[in-house]
Amino acid sequence: MRTLFEPGFFASAPVHVALAIGAVTAIVSAVVGVFTVIRSQSFAGHALTDVATTGGSGAFYLGISPLLGFIGGGVIGAGAMDLVGVQRVRSRDMATGVVLGSASGLAALFLYLDTTQSATTGATQQILFGSIFTVDPSTIPLVVILSVVTLLAIGLIYRPLLISSFSAELARARGINARGIGLVFMIAMAVAVGLSSIAVGSILSTALLIGPAATSVRLVTHVRSAVIVASVIGVVTAWLGILFAYDSYYWMPSTQGLPVSFFIVALIFLSYLASGLPVVHRTIEWLRGSFGRSPSRTTSLSSAAT
Amino acid sequence: MFSGFMINAWQAGTIVAVVAGVVGFFVVLRGSAFPAHAIPNGAFAGAAGANLIGINPLIGLGVFSLAAALGIGGLSRRGRPDAVTALALVMMLALGAAFLSQSTQYEPEIFSLLFGEILGVSTSQILPVAVLGIVSIACVAVLYRRLLLTSIAPEMAAARGLRPQTIDTAFLIVVAMATTMTVPVVGALLIFTLMIGPPAAARCFTDRTERALGLSVAFALVTVWLAIVCSYKTNWPVGFFVSTFSLTFFLAGRLFQTVQMRRSALAIGSVVLACS
Repeated sequence: MRTLFEPGFFASAPVHVALAIGAVTAIVSAVVGVFTVIRSQSFAGHALTDVATTGGSGAFYLGISPLLGFIGGGVIGAGAMDLVGVQRVRSRDMATGVVLGSASGLAALFLYLDTTQSATTGATQQILFGSIFTVDPSTIPLVVILSVVTLLAIGLIYRPLLISSFSAELARARGINARGIGLVFMIAMAVAVGLSSIAVGSILSTALLIGPAATSVRLVTHVRSAVIVASVIGVVTAWLGILFAYDSYYWMPSTQGLPVSFFIVALIFLSYLASGLPVVHRTIEWLRGSFGRSPSRTTSLSSAAT
Repeated sequence: MFSGFMINAWQAGTIVAVVAGVVGFFVVLRGSAFPAHAIPNGAFAGAAGANLIGINPLIGLGVFSLAAALGIGGLSRRGRPDAVTALALVMMLALGAAFLSQSTQYEPEIFSLLFGEILGVSTSQILPVAVLGIVSIACVAVLYRRLLLTSIAPEMAAARGLRPQTIDTAFLIVVAMATTMTVPVVGALLIFTLMIGPPAAARCFTDRTERALGLSVAFALVTVWLAIVCSYKTNWPVGFFVSTFSLTFFLAGRLFQTVQMRRSALAIGSVVLACS
C-alpha cells in the first residue's frame, strides 16, 4: 500500500475534488460516448471540445463565466454543424471540419487578445490542457447538476436515439424525427463535452468521451451493458490516472510531476489496445458461458458496424 | 510589406497554400477531415518533444506525424476509423502535455506551434518547406488516379485490384509530409482550416475534378495572401484571417450551390410544363 499510495494522497483536498470531478465527467462522457461511437460521430465529439474551448477563451476575454462560455460555445457549434449538414453521412465529415476550422480561427484571435491585453500568464496552457487538480470546488455543484440534466436528456430520448442510430429506415417507419433526435443528441454531447473540457481539459474530454466507449463496444454486444462497461472503464482509468499523477511528483527527478491527462489518456489507450487482443475476447466468452447469459433479443452492437 | 522578412512570409505562405489546396482537395473528397486534423495536432507533440531533448523541431514533427499516419492507418483496419483517430490524437496530445510539463518553455512558443507565426518565418525555413511541398505534390501526382478511383468508385477500384486501405495509409503519409512542413509556418490548427475550407468551397462551384482542384488551389492562395496582408496591417494572428476567409469562400460556395439548384429546379419545372 505504502508503495502504491504516496504520502498524503487520501488527505489532500485537491485530490478529493479531482476524484469526484473525474468520476462524474467519466460517467457522463461514457454514456454519451457510447452513442457517439455507435453513430460514428467521434469527429464531431472531438471538434465540440475545441469549439467549447473557443467559447471558453471568448468568455475569458469578455470576462464572463468560463463555464457559460464553454457550454455556450459547444451548443452554438452543435447548431452550426447541424446547419451545414452533420446529419447526412456524406457531408458529416466536412460539416464538422468547416465548423472546427472556423472555431480554431476564433480561438486564435481570443487567445491572442487574452494574452496581449490582460497580463494573465498561463491562459493558453490552462485553457488548452486544463488540470483536474486546479478545478475550482465552487463549480462542482453546477457541473453535477448539468451532468444529471444531460443524463436525463439521454434517458428521455433513449429508445428513438437507439433506433435512429442503428437504422434510418426503421426510424422513419416508426415515425421518429431522426434529425430532431440527432440535434438533441448533438446538444447533449455539446453540454457533456463543454463540462468535461472545463473540468479536465480538452484532451481528456475527448479521451473520456471516445476511449472507454470504443473499448466497451468491442467487448460487449448490448448497448446497455456497453454503457455500464464504458462508465466503469472511464471511472477506473480516471482514478488510476489521478493516483499515478499524484505519485509521479515523487518519481520524477525534476520537481515537476507528469500531468494527470497523460496518465489517464495512456491508460485509456492501453485498455483500447487490450480490448482487441484475442485473449480478452476468449475470457469474456468464458465469463459469459459460465454465467449463462442468453443471446440478446435487443439491438446488438455488431449489427451497427456502419 | 514586400521587403525584408515579409518576403519569407509571402514565399512560405504561397507554398503552403498550393500544397494545402492540392492535398486538401483529396482530404475533402475522401472524407479524411478527422485524420487531417489529428495528424497536425499530434505532430505538435513531436515538436514539443524535440524541443525537450534539444533536437531540430522539424525532426520531431516529421517522426510524430508519420507515426500518427501509420498508427491511424494500421489501427483503422481493425476498428472504427473515427474512434481510432480520436484515440491516436488524444494519445499524442497527452504525450505533448507530458513533454511540455517537463520543459521550461515560454507560452508564446506553444502558441506559435498551435496557431503559427507566418510573419516570423526565417530564410533557412524556406528550403525544407519547399522541398517537402514538392515531394508531397509529386506523391499526389503519382497516386492521382488511384486516389480518385478509390474515393469516387470504390467498387471499380476493388475490381482493379487496388487495396483501399493501402491507398488510405499512403494518403495519410502524404498528409503527414504536408503537415511537417506547414506546422511551423501556419500552425497545427490552421493548416487544417486551409485543407478543408478552400477545397470544400471549390467543390460547391463545379463537379469537374480538375476544375475543382484548380479552384481549390486558387481559393487557398487568395485566402493566405489576404490573411498575410490583414495580419500585417492589424497585427492579429494570421490564423484568424485564414479561417475567416476560408469560411467566406465556403459560404459563397454554398450560396452559389443553392442558387444553382433553384435555377435547375425551375428549368426542369418549365420543361415539364412545356411538355404537358
